[in-house]
Amino acid sequence: MSKGEIAKHIEAQEKETLASSGMDASEETRSASFLQKDNRVFFSRSLSSDVEILDIREALEKIPAAKENYGRAFKALNREYPQDTEGGYFIRIKKDAVVQMPIQACLFLKSQGFKQKVHNVVIVEEGAKVYLITGCSASTAAKEGFHLGISEFFIHKGAYLNFTMIHSWQEEVSVKPMSIALLDEGAVYVSNYICMRPVKEIIMYPTAVLSGERSRASFNSLVLSHPNCLHDIGSRAILRAKNTQAEMTARAVSMGGNVISRGHIKAESPLVKGHLECRGLMLSEKGHIYAIPEMETDFRDVDLSHEAAIGKISKDEIEYLCARGFSQNEAQSIIVRGFMDVNILGLPEMLRKEISQIEEQTLKGSF
Amino acid sequence: MLEIINLSVQVGKKMILRDINLVIRKDVPAVLFGPNGSGKSTLLKAIMGFSGYEVKKGDIVFNGKKINDLPIEKRVSLGLGIMFQNPPKITGVKLVQIARFLSQDEQKIQELAGRLSLRNHLDRDINAEFSGGEMKRSELFQIIMQDPQMLLLDEPESGVDLENISIMGKALNDYLKKPGKSALMITHTGYILDYVKADNGCVMIDGELWCVGKPKEMFESIRKNGYGKCKECLHVQGRDS
Repeated sequence: MSKGEIAKHIEAQEKETLASSGMDASEETRSASFLQKDNRVFFSRSLSSDVEILDIREALEKIPAAKENYGRAFKALNREYPQDTEGGYFIRIKKDAVVQMPIQACLFLKSQGFKQKVHNVVIVEEGAKVYLITGCSASTAAKEGFHLGISEFFIHKGAYLNFTMIHSWQEEVSVKPMSIALLDEGAVYVSNYICMRPVKEIIMYPTAVLSGERSRASFNSLVLSHPNCLHDIGSRAILRAKNTQAEMTARAVSMGGNVISRGHIKAESPLVKGHLECRGLMLSEKGHIYAIPEMETDFRDVDLSHEAAIGKISKDEIEYLCARGFSQNEAQSIIVRGFMDVNILGLPEMLRKEISQIEEQTLKGSF
Repeated sequence: MLEIINLSVQVGKKMILRDINLVIRKDVPAVLFGPNGSGKSTLLKAIMGFSGYEVKKGDIVFNGKKINDLPIEKRVSLGLGIMFQNPPKITGVKLVQIARFLSQDEQKIQELAGRLSLRNHLDRDINAEFSGGEMKRSELFQIIMQDPQMLLLDEPESGVDLENISIMGKALNDYLKKPGKSALMITHTGYILDYVKADNGCVMIDGELWCVGKPKEMFESIRKNGYGKCKECLHVQGRDS
């Protein structure tokens, strides 16, 4: 099979939505690809010998590691998870492999009223390094729908996973991602979340459990909340070993939507560090932003801190840009783009540019 | 080019400018002197149309067109431009973004940035990651890229070291030498007058304009005698009555 094979499975009217959630249909800049529409997996293929990618249902039959790890992260936290899922991806990166090009996975809601429920398992073996972009989106036909995405990440000793999730839904779609990452010694987990298009509601509270010493987790999110949307978005880090570290950076803009920006860092070990930062921008009197940073510990030797700020765009900033010739709308748009700074995502240059372009295109349509 | 006719401007509940009359012709830059709080910056901001600077009476006419009610960006499109005294810090917005909005000519952007020692500043957040002097250079950089006919300069040299005043002064002078350009400049230090040829000057005191003359001579007199002398002058002319 040649590169770009995935494009054969993408209908003309799906192209724009898929591109807006990070899909490179040419596969030129990807090392592996996965595409599921509703409950059917249309495509899964790896272009790298270091990457395995397949339908989780197939993986559970063929790959012992899939079965061994399926549900393990939830059990580690004594948490229940829905069993009635259909599909999802299994991804495994070989030991010590540094995968240069990102892997792309797309979960697409195609049919009106469909309830898509997937369960993903990602294993990054010892010393491996990988970037994974998951685009979750809905077709224009699926005005109404539901998406449940369960994800388990196992990041082994010294491994690195940069997981970027881009949501591009429709006004009446409800979304509930549930994810847990388990980090071994020296592992690094970067979790990025971007949502700029309208959605009915998104409720998520991804968790990272840092059990290995010197492991590090970073959660970053950029959210634009349109009128009548609810974004209840949080991230949680449980620091269970010495010298672990967690950072959370959230940027939320309300154009009239409701945003609850949660963050929870729990230090279950001494000698750990955690920092939470939430900044909100209110563009409309009708919206609501509620920042809830939480930190807890029983130990003295921990370093936990947070900062939160919510405000509006100052008139001086708008008028400054107008004095350079920008219209009021253009000025507001450029300030919001600056606020939604993709540099907080910790992406390599190529991906940063790509995400930046997606953000720019989406924001252009929002003002 | 720019005519201010019987202009009275209110800020909040206070009338700051009263019956200002001023004409600035093309190719003939003018200088505005005056003590702190006399209303100089208010005049520039009212000309640009910033909110909070309410024209209560009179007209602002630019190239024959009354612009009192136009939004800021329309005034800019007609050929007005301002160099801010205290520009706001805008996190996440890079100087290069504004430069590329103002000009498609990448070479021109790089050359002017180089001339004003701003190459390393293009990718920085505008004003947020600049020192005081860098802000002034960035303002001048933007205004030259913007290429307005009429520049409103609010203390362009304040907070700038002497070496950079020279660089800025020369760049500004080169710009103003181009045909059809003009400027209204506020200066306290007078340094900019060593570089920019300005033919007319006037003093603003308590929201009114006085003492039209040659800028260098006026500045020397102010430097020697302070604005107190101007006040005496007003007194002699019966302004207190």
